[in-house]
Amino acid sequence: MTIPPGTTTATARRGWPLWEVFVRARRGLSHQHLGSLHAPDAAMALRNARDVYTRRGEGVSIWVVPSAAISASSPDEKDSFFEPAMDKAYRHPSFYDVPDGVSHL
Amino acid sequence: MSASTTAVPAGDLVRTAFAGYLLGLADDSLILAQRLGEWVTRAPQIEEDIALANIALDLLGQARTLLACAGKVEGLGRDEDDLAFLRDEREFRNVQLVEIPNGDFAVTMARQLIFSGYQYELYRALLTSTDPMLAGLAAKAVKEVAYHRDHAVQWVRRLGDGTDESHTRMQTGLDHTWPYVEELFERAPGVAALPRIAADPASLRPAWDSFIGTVIAEATLTIPQPTWRARGGRAGYHTEYLGHLLPEMQYLHRAHPGASW
Amino acid sequence: MHRGVDAPRTPAVGGSAAAEQAPAKPPDTGAHLQQRFDALIADDERIEPRDWMPTGYRKTLIRQIAQHAHSEIIGMQPEGNWITRAPSLRRKAILIAKVQDEAGHGLYLYSAAETLGVDREDLLDLLHEGKQKYSSIFNYPTLSWADMGAIGWLVDGAAIMNQVPLCRCSYGPYGRAMVRVCKEESFHQRQGFDILHTLSHGTPAQQAMAQDAVDRFWWPSLMMFGPPDERSAHTAQSTAWGIKRLGNDELRQRFVDICVPQARALDITLPDPDLRWNENRGHYDFGAVDWAELTRVIKGDGPCNEQRIQRRRSAHEEGAWVREAADAYARKHHNSSAAEALA
Repeated sequence: MTIPPGTTTATARRGWPLWEVFVRARRGLSHQHLGSLHAPDAAMALRNARDVYTRRGEGVSIWVVPSAAISASSPDEKDSFFEPAMDKAYRHPSFYDVPDGVSHL
Repeated sequence: MSASTTAVPAGDLVRTAFAGYLLGLADDSLILAQRLGEWVTRAPQIEEDIALANIALDLLGQARTLLACAGKVEGLGRDEDDLAFLRDEREFRNVQLVEIPNGDFAVTMARQLIFSGYQYELYRALLTSTDPMLAGLAAKAVKEVAYHRDHAVQWVRRLGDGTDESHTRMQTGLDHTWPYVEELFERAPGVAALPRIAADPASLRPAWDSFIGTVIAEATLTIPQPTWRARGGRAGYHTEYLGHLLPEMQYLHRAHPGASW
Repeated sequence: MHRGVDAPRTPAVGGSAAAEQAPAKPPDTGAHLQQRFDALIADDERIEPRDWMPTGYRKTLIRQIAQHAHSEIIGMQPEGNWITRAPSLRRKAILIAKVQDEAGHGLYLYSAAETLGVDREDLLDLLHEGKQKYSSIFNYPTLSWADMGAIGWLVDGAAIMNQVPLCRCSYGPYGRAMVRVCKEESFHQRQGFDILHTLSHGTPAQQAMAQDAVDRFWWPSLMMFGPPDERSAHTAQSTAWGIKRLGNDELRQRFVDICVPQARALDITLPDPDLRWNENRGHYDFGAVDWAELTRVIKGDGPCNEQRIQRRRSAHEEGAWVREAADAYARKHHNSSAAEALA
């Protein structure tokens, strides 16, 4: 379990868990991280990954890994500065302004 | 495989039978693609919008190949769009299963399970068709359909063995779609005239039964015992639903006769 | 809550106790971290998820990426509206593939947003509650088949114009998502142009259909670049942070300059009497954009705002039992699911 205690439990979780997707583009290459997606379990995550990340035949093999199962180093070893309060702020709708400008989309 | 490689059987009767057989396969895929297209932007999860669109695209691709081929065999100069957009309800040869409304996600998954299970056996049988176009199409389609079938299996398992609500809905979905099963395995008019070219639908049934039986049991569901059954789609006898699906699909094409798009 | 691999989180259990209970950061490190961040930006380096970043930078990115993702998802609707009615099977296949791509692009972008420590589920809630926006162009209805052409040519054209510079965005995951989006979108604009080209060289009714679609989508497309830079609340800071690489006005001008000759090739008139070549500037002059209309539509008073959100909401609500079923199944079967990992 890699999630801060008190912030995540199965019951508190909303929606399907997040999976990281790794795709081998062709034989001879290693799997490369492409992004993430939501799925209820590994079987569905694999199928969703096929549809989401290989619509144009970009892969010959897919790995999916629960995001929560990955431990990562920080490029700057600044992990200790990410205090729980800091990332919790983004969980609250009040964090977000209703933009008065225009989206640059 | 292009339609031009089709070995058109000699004789008008056989030619008519073959065109009709191809239309039946084509219309099944076309009408189901149309139904699945209705799901896009309405799926339970965005990932599922993509999955359903994928299946619709595969089916549409099959339909286009088959329609083009049917047009060639028929020899009246009709192309895929003439056949899709300018035939009336009574000229469609699809089974009724594919034209029934989507219902909730459980109804759609029940229909997908039944139909992709059937199409899987069908295309496997057509791998050895003596018609090169059909054999070629089957080689491509069988891989697509294996995925459609797997998609349906995954969902039927999850809905059947998920929550109480999903179990009830999934069983209701099966009950709702099961009356349309028999028709899939009925020998269509003309198939007898196409030995070794077409697949006898009845011959597909045992493998389908065994596959379906396993999935339904795993999903803690029960195979329904319907009190009525659909019949007549291959002969142009349809549900009332098709008469609403077709105008929507065809109106624009028909509103501009002869136009290119 | 589940965040991307890259999302900041406390160290895993099994790490050293010291790491687990990191002391509060010394008061002087804030300045040091800011310096390091500024240096990365100055060197045109990429910021990666676990790097320290100013709160405003993170907040701006979350807002922008989420809006971008929402736009892709809501943007499926105006085109999805014509899937069942496409006039040929070839066009139907292309349209399904395109709408499907938009769903995929939305997912790439939600995935990028999640590396910043937010949940897609929360972002969707904000969209459904109207607390986060999407591109207001999608609040206009698609009234004819030609609108599929106008959306591809103009709306996707404007989007690509906006998106290409975003491939070099200072935030790594956003830039990488945009590279993939741009690669896939190249066909979107072309198929739109192709639809209009076919129509404008077709029957008189088809020509009229094409002109009408461009008449309706031209001005809203210009609005897609945002208000003039001097009135844009976000441009200056976003530019300094390397999130935004080019100004709204510059992008708009580029778009107009590219569209005029293309419109000529289409035999379609752009609905702007003031549109003319300016030899001195080396650009096309164009008429005043009705910014009041943009403000009004953004604020909710557009022809389809209500309908678009309602569709999204009802798909989400009607799908709740399906998502719950899949969750329940995963818990029952423990098939190496994250539900188990998180339990």
